Amino acid sequence: MRVPLSWLAEYVDLPGDATPDSVMAELVKVGLEEEGSHGFDVTGPVVVGEVLEFVEEPQTNGKTIRWCQIRVASAGQKAADGGEDVRGIVCGASNFEVGDKVVVCLPGAVLPGDFKIAARSTYGHISDGMMASARELNLSDDHAGIIRLHELGLDPKIGTDALELLQLTEQAAEVNVTPDRGYCFSIRGIAREYSHATGGEFRDPIGNAHPESTSGFNLKIEDQGQIRGRQGCHRFVLRSVKGVDTKRPTPPWMVARLKLAGMRSVSLIVDITNYVMLEMGQPLHAYDADKLQGAITVRRAHAGETIKTLDGQERKLHVEDLVIADEAGAIGIAGVMGGERTEVSDSTVNVMIEAANFDPISIARSARRHKLPSEASKRYERGVDNNVAEFAAARVVQLLEVQALGTAESFGADFREHIEPTPIWLPVNFAAQLVGVEYTSEETVSILNQIGCVVATVDGGYEVIAPSWRPDLTHKTDLVEEIARIGSYERIPSRLPVAPPGRGLNSKQKNRRAVINALAGSGHVEVLTYPFVSAAQNQLFAVDEIQTVRLANPLQGDANEMRVSLLPGLIDAAKRNLSRGLTDLSIFEEGSVFLPAAKLGANADLPVGNERPSESQLKQLNDTVPAQPHYVSGIFTGHRIAQQVGVKSVESGYADALHAVRVLAKAVGVQVEFRQASPAGFHPGRTAEALANLGCQKVVIGVAGELDPALTSEHDLPRRVGAFEINLEQLFAASPKVIQAGVLLTMPAATQDLSLVVSAEVPAGELLSAIREGAGDLLERVVLVDDYRGSNVAEGHKSLTFALRFRAADRTLTQVEASEARDKAVELAHQRFGATIRA
Amino acid sequence: MSAENPISQPAVDAAVSEALAAISAASDLAGLKAARQSTVGEQSAIAQLNAQMKSVPNEFKAEAGALIGKARATLNEAFAAKEAEFWAVEQAAKLAAESVDVTAAPEPARIGARHPLSLLQDTIADVFVGMGWEIEEGPEVESEWFNFDALNFDADHPARAMQDTFFVEPVESHLVLRTHTSPVQVRSMLSREVPIYVLCPGRVFRTDELDATHTPVFHQVEGLAVDKGLTMADLRGTLEHFARIMFGPDAQIRLRPSFFPFTEPSAELDVWHPGAKGGARWVEWGGCGMVNPNVLKAAGIDPEVYSGFAFGMGIERTLMFRNDVKDMHDMVESDVRFSEQFGVSI
Repeated sequence: MRVPLSWLAEYVDLPGDATPDSVMAELVKVGLEEEGSHGFDVTGPVVVGEVLEFVEEPQTNGKTIRWCQIRVASAGQKAADGGEDVRGIVCGASNFEVGDKVVVCLPGAVLPGDFKIAARSTYGHISDGMMASARELNLSDDHAGIIRLHELGLDPKIGTDALELLQLTEQAAEVNVTPDRGYCFSIRGIAREYSHATGGEFRDPIGNAHPESTSGFNLKIEDQGQIRGRQGCHRFVLRSVKGVDTKRPTPPWMVARLKLAGMRSVSLIVDITNYVMLEMGQPLHAYDADKLQGAITVRRAHAGETIKTLDGQERKLHVEDLVIADEAGAIGIAGVMGGERTEVSDSTVNVMIEAANFDPISIARSARRHKLPSEASKRYERGVDNNVAEFAAARVVQLLEVQALGTAESFGADFREHIEPTPIWLPVNFAAQLVGVEYTSEETVSILNQIGCVVATVDGGYEVIAPSWRPDLTHKTDLVEEIARIGSYERIPSRLPVAPPGRGLNSKQKNRRAVINALAGSGHVEVLTYPFVSAAQNQLFAVDEIQTVRLANPLQGDANEMRVSLLPGLIDAAKRNLSRGLTDLSIFEEGSVFLPAAKLGANADLPVGNERPSESQLKQLNDTVPAQPHYVSGIFTGHRIAQQVGVKSVESGYADALHAVRVLAKAVGVQVEFRQASPAGFHPGRTAEALANLGCQKVVIGVAGELDPALTSEHDLPRRVGAFEINLEQLFAASPKVIQAGVLLTMPAATQDLSLVVSAEVPAGELLSAIREGAGDLLERVVLVDDYRGSNVAEGHKSLTFALRFRAADRTLTQVEASEARDKAVELAHQRFGATIRA
Repeated sequence: MSAENPISQPAVDAAVSEALAAISAASDLAGLKAARQSTVGEQSAIAQLNAQMKSVPNEFKAEAGALIGKARATLNEAFAAKEAEFWAVEQAAKLAAESVDVTAAPEPARIGARHPLSLLQDTIADVFVGMGWEIEEGPEVESEWFNFDALNFDADHPARAMQDTFFVEPVESHLVLRTHTSPVQVRSMLSREVPIYVLCPGRVFRTDELDATHTPVFHQVEGLAVDKGLTMADLRGTLEHFARIMFGPDAQIRLRPSFFPFTEPSAELDVWHPGAKGGARWVEWGGCGMVNPNVLKAAGIDPEVYSGFAFGMGIERTLMFRNDVKDMHDMVESDVRFSEQFGVSI
């Protein structure tokens, strides 16, 4: 809400030196957050001048300029800038005549956009100032020509300060109004709050309006389609004004206030209804009375009914839409937008003013349905004072009489649904119990009275009736907020509550941290990507068509699915880094992926807030929520080790991916195994499945290897890109709760090397397992140290060399014992894979 | 008259001084080895003197033996000293030959880094875990009931439309991308016994286009306490403690009246940030309030017996003013240089 300060000052005491900032600083104390200040950004000297004469001078560029002599001060007097009383000014506009009073910006004036006015040489003259259009002064978008003051109904003295005249020195404060406080979308509401903040006297603007009883117009309120059991229309006032002169201009002060409040000047009648809406918070509508056909009915729209709204759009109405209709059909969507057929225009003579109050829910739904959020609907959705309609209508009538020279009539209508206010019971200590501040009974009553409540003090508490402009006050805690707010939050003391002993992070939270820290600790960089991907990206690592969670309103049309893998996001991240010249990447992300739930939502039967759903309802509800397991994934490009002094560069690839998986699994106490695999999107020959022991089963918990070169080339990545993805839920399931320590053997070890020749197809990992199994308990450790193919090894075979370390628990092992164990290993390797000791 | 003693003091002295001269004349280990041969070897003067022991009259044998022994000890000592001298020189030369330019040392492994947003969430979690609170999480794709209805957002209230929400297709599935971490409050209240003290960090979503200060995907941390007798004073105390740990002992907090459907009374939370770049100042930090009785009821908690407070703040925003991050793009673009600035601490 934008609040021009002079307007505010009419209804509450404002210090003479008040600025938008000082006003906002007060309002924030009562909960209206500051948004900023607004002004016209024009500084003087800008004065009233008179066109004495002009000569039209056609130019070679096809334009015709006028070389004008403008009187800007009385004869013989100095002008406001200290210069001559008559100035030569070049003007491009041609909408003026000799004798017109105009707005002259003299040298030294600064217009919006830091446009500095100075005498300058143009079209062969020295142009000593500028005659302004409304747009150049920030008053409106009108730049068809310069301002002619008589058109605004003004005939000021030559040399008058035009900024004062047009109220261009006015400033406005803008505050954010929270959705519970619709009454603050008015000068009336802001003035009331300013008074709460400062103690300055509040003067209710309804005091300036004098409603008169009206009757005779045939009005029917027929709501046959109440929404959520609520009547659509509570109040409907019609007032008739005859013989208005629509040719009359909107007075400059009103234009300036509207403009500062963020509204465009449209026409005198519309401006007046907008002005009163801003002042009192009551949306208003003006009909051309001569276009109305018979009685007016407020009803729900008929099936198939249409209306052409003010914006020229033909709209199909919904049976839930509340409409205002005459005997020829709908003339407006209630509280949202009027119809074109009964719109006021230049030729309007007789006006019918509507000031109504509608149910917030009905209006909110219509505004949403027709995508027509308006100044009116904004106020109705938040609740309009049910008692302000007749005052607002009276104020419009009064302004139409004064400004448009109309004549008020008693012809009209006034419907009011009687709503009995429900008192709110506020126990005497309740505010103190919730806020932690002791309020005296006097203070409690005084604050509640201040905000407009009627309070009856009874035994043990207060019976409170909220004012008509505060439909948000329905519960005792709402009243506590008012007491705390007006009594100042600054008074709330500080006390640190003591929580019961906590259990720290749970195992999943600890494990997740361990995984992330282990990866960061071993040289990888954590990134966070958006979970939005395209359908194509979600298919990158899928074999079959997969089910995904889709967004109904994505920000970017193609990124309309929730990710099923973290890898597409990491691929994009890698691309971005590569495009910035960062080529050696080792990035990872930990986050959720989204797998659609089998069941669709069943919200319809659930309680609407304030009641606990049953266990079965909760279960049903949770069944509709997609599974969102956490994954961790990584991407490696370029070099693991860059070329350095005495070190050759090492290319990144599958080994980085596998090792990262080893590291992250080890971080949660899990030893992973790898098995050759060819999942979709990965290089078929350079990729492994990662397995972990879950109970007595080995379970695949993810993949590690290199991306398919076809995929990397499609995404402009280098050919070799290492990548892994691990399902953390599965990894954590394999993680031991407590790691059991083994006994460290301290007797001397015996070491031996073993070279076995096997067919080239035999996986080294399986051969290693056979060695371990065959050698038995004495074998403490075995590692693969070499893979040799070539001379002395038969074609299609390879020689794998293992380093073996044997140790006994109770004695120094002899080489003979070690050799026996080794021979058993060879025997099993031979049985399984035809392995022979290399000659 | 007894026979003459050939191992006389002068003879031994002469042999020793000759040998010492030879030792000190040696210029390297090889020379020293040769000197050892000539001075204590079989052909050396000492050895030859010693060889005459058998002709030493018995009464002088002990004396002669002592003379020889002493001479040998002197020489051995001289050899050892000389040897140590040469060894030290040789060692020094060897070390000199092995020296490297440490300023050109290669890096055998890379240094990793965490994303500051995830670090900051952990840091905040640790503050509250230290106070006995526990950490709760919830789904990011969430049921509308948890995200709105249970939090006292009426289906037709403008507050519901205010939070620009991503909806899951089809809309009848009543699923949204959670617009705040508050649904975790409800889940916590439904699954836990009172008293409840939980902190809920996590990722949330709103349909804002990415710019310097907005992102459609961001992080929040939310606190919830439900207990007997909790007041806004407890809320203030908790926030003050939190602010001081995050921003130093001089940090303060300020509450301004505001509105949230799920709290009543509600407040905006400002923090006095003593370390702010460009000077200490008030910074908008988050929202808070006393849990609305309707929310307690939705979770089956009797608001006549228990009260609660809740607060929430944006992690991105906190990072921006705490660590002087100027542009939201840096946090979401996955440029490794951004994370690398922080390493694993924040």
